[in-house]
Amino acid sequence: MRITEHPILTFEQKAKLQFVFDGNKVYGYEGDTIASALHAMGVKKLSHSIHLKRPRGFYCAIGNCASCNMIVDEKPNVRTCVTLLKEGMVVKTQLNKGELYD
Amino acid sequence: MINKDLVIIGGGPAGLSAAKLAAESGLSSLIVERDFKLGGQLVKQTHMFFGSEKQYAKTRGIDIAKILVDDVLKYPEMVEVMTDTTVVGLYEDKVITLLHNDEYIKVQSKAIIIATGASEKVLAFPNNDLPGIYGAGAVQTLMNVNGVLPGNDVVMVGSGNIGLIVSYQLIQAGVNVKCVIEASSSIGGYKVHASKLKRLGVDILTSHSVKRANGTEALESIVISKLDNNWDYIEGTEKTIEVDSLCISVGLSPLSSLLSMIGVDMKYVSSLGGLVPYIDSHHETSVKDVYVAGDVCGVEEASSAIVEGYLTGLIVASSLGFKHENYDELYRDFKAQLENLRSGPFGEKTREGLQEIARDHDVK
Amino acid sequence: MLNRDGVASKEQVLSRFPSNEVLVKAKAITECYEEIPCNPCATSCPFDAIHIGEDINTKPVVDFDLCTGCGICVYSCPGLAIVIAQIVNDKARFKLPYELRPLPIVGEIWDGVNRSGDVICKALIEKVTYTARVDRTALVQVSVPLEFIHEFITVRRVL
Repeated sequence: MRITEHPILTFEQKAKLQFVFDGNKVYGYEGDTIASALHAMGVKKLSHSIHLKRPRGFYCAIGNCASCNMIVDEKPNVRTCVTLLKEGMVVKTQLNKGELYD
Repeated sequence: MINKDLVIIGGGPAGLSAAKLAAESGLSSLIVERDFKLGGQLVKQTHMFFGSEKQYAKTRGIDIAKILVDDVLKYPEMVEVMTDTTVVGLYEDKVITLLHNDEYIKVQSKAIIIATGASEKVLAFPNNDLPGIYGAGAVQTLMNVNGVLPGNDVVMVGSGNIGLIVSYQLIQAGVNVKCVIEASSSIGGYKVHASKLKRLGVDILTSHSVKRANGTEALESIVISKLDNNWDYIEGTEKTIEVDSLCISVGLSPLSSLLSMIGVDMKYVSSLGGLVPYIDSHHETSVKDVYVAGDVCGVEEASSAIVEGYLTGLIVASSLGFKHENYDELYRDFKAQLENLRSGPFGEKTREGLQEIARDHDVK
Repeated sequence: MLNRDGVASKEQVLSRFPSNEVLVKAKAITECYEEIPCNPCATSCPFDAIHIGEDINTKPVVDFDLCTGCGICVYSCPGLAIVIAQIVNDKARFKLPYELRPLPIVGEIWDGVNRSGDVICKALIEKVTYTARVDRTALVQVSVPLEFIHEFITVRRVL
């Protein structure tokens, strides 16, 4: 859900950015972080706890708590709350600690 | 290895104002910021600030962010900015390792100002990790920076200034704030903020806390309970509230892990928010030429962080041989502003806390 | 009680109101009951009618002889804690800060709300100022029945 009318702020309609989330083609807008784009689509579960696999979402929005870590373009543990969305990104829910990549 | 006179870690209100005063004094600096933009948490503060004119009172935080960023951009030769850059190592010889675009960069600095700010605390209750439970400040970012709503129905936990202000801003964004709950028997923040919410029909329930959250994949409801004078749940007062979002606003803790890494002497001071460095009157830590400014040395309002940044930038420049032409006047003015901001009843905790971490000027 | 629920007591409210004789002219009512570090009401007043002094934690005091009820303090107060009150015939006229959407429109009848958030009367929207000068805090002029002069605090759109 996006804000359309606000007493203090103006949110201009920005360019649409297409990306892939867990295999599905979806989109956000320029200026979105990966986490905000997913949230606007109603996706609240961004990650899982390492051992008990409990669902985890956005918590701190400053790149500190690791609750929103996801796999972005094959790279694990990306802090999606402070990573800007880019056209064509491939975003996946992370189920483990993350594997080393090349 | 890159050589720098001054590296400022953190591009929020304290870091930006430190860079400005350093530049005004003739000292170049590098600001390192882990977010992709400068401004820190000011960029989501849609409300007018308190304080006095010198700290941009009655200007909205979002506009103060612009002022502070423009102030440093006026010195393109003096202030270098690296955003999207995380400090991953900080060593006693003032070597800093940065991570930027998957690359390690080593910087040797003569002096460092650590202005990393603070992060939101969490609250312990069953299922407190469900998606839909957020830091209040995080929701403020989601709404006011990204233009995305957290959900339809929200309960705010905590009636400090952040809890009260974010509740009001949730209403401005069109979200239904069901109530604000507060464990203490009195409201924590400024009463003007509380009154603003109450007249919009939002109840502030003091002596109440969250007992548990319910939901499978995401938050569906919470159970709140009244608390007795010992902050224990009173049996039989539980109430279930259906919400899709819960905001936690139970204080901030200084982001002081980099200080631990560099070996600064620290102390846990609850009135300052957590683990903070011992500092002298010049904001220098126990490690020579390592300074701090803003919430990292005690959580306060952003107005204080701005002035601490100015003061520290002024001092560090002078210590490296770049004395501002109006040094004495500015020094006295910044000190007086800080004293004024902290002199009322709301500054009592800060005043006490700062005494606990005050150290003599002798540096290791 | 202000500390427990955010509602100022009747005594607190009355302490900020001048007499009805004085209110024949518009005056600022500063509902700022605690010492917080803040002084834009005093520094923004072009008539030097609001006093705080050197220590910005001091509570504001209005000099009703100097206050012209211009309303600059209303949108300058970061706590949205100031309204302008005036008695005009059998009505109480207020200028209040408003930061929600939609904005009221002149001629509309909105609900009048008290400090507890309860609807207590009807309020006629008389004027809405929303210019660059008020910096996104609209200044809304309304009138309500005189009997609610000490209870009324804001307006709410009738749904």
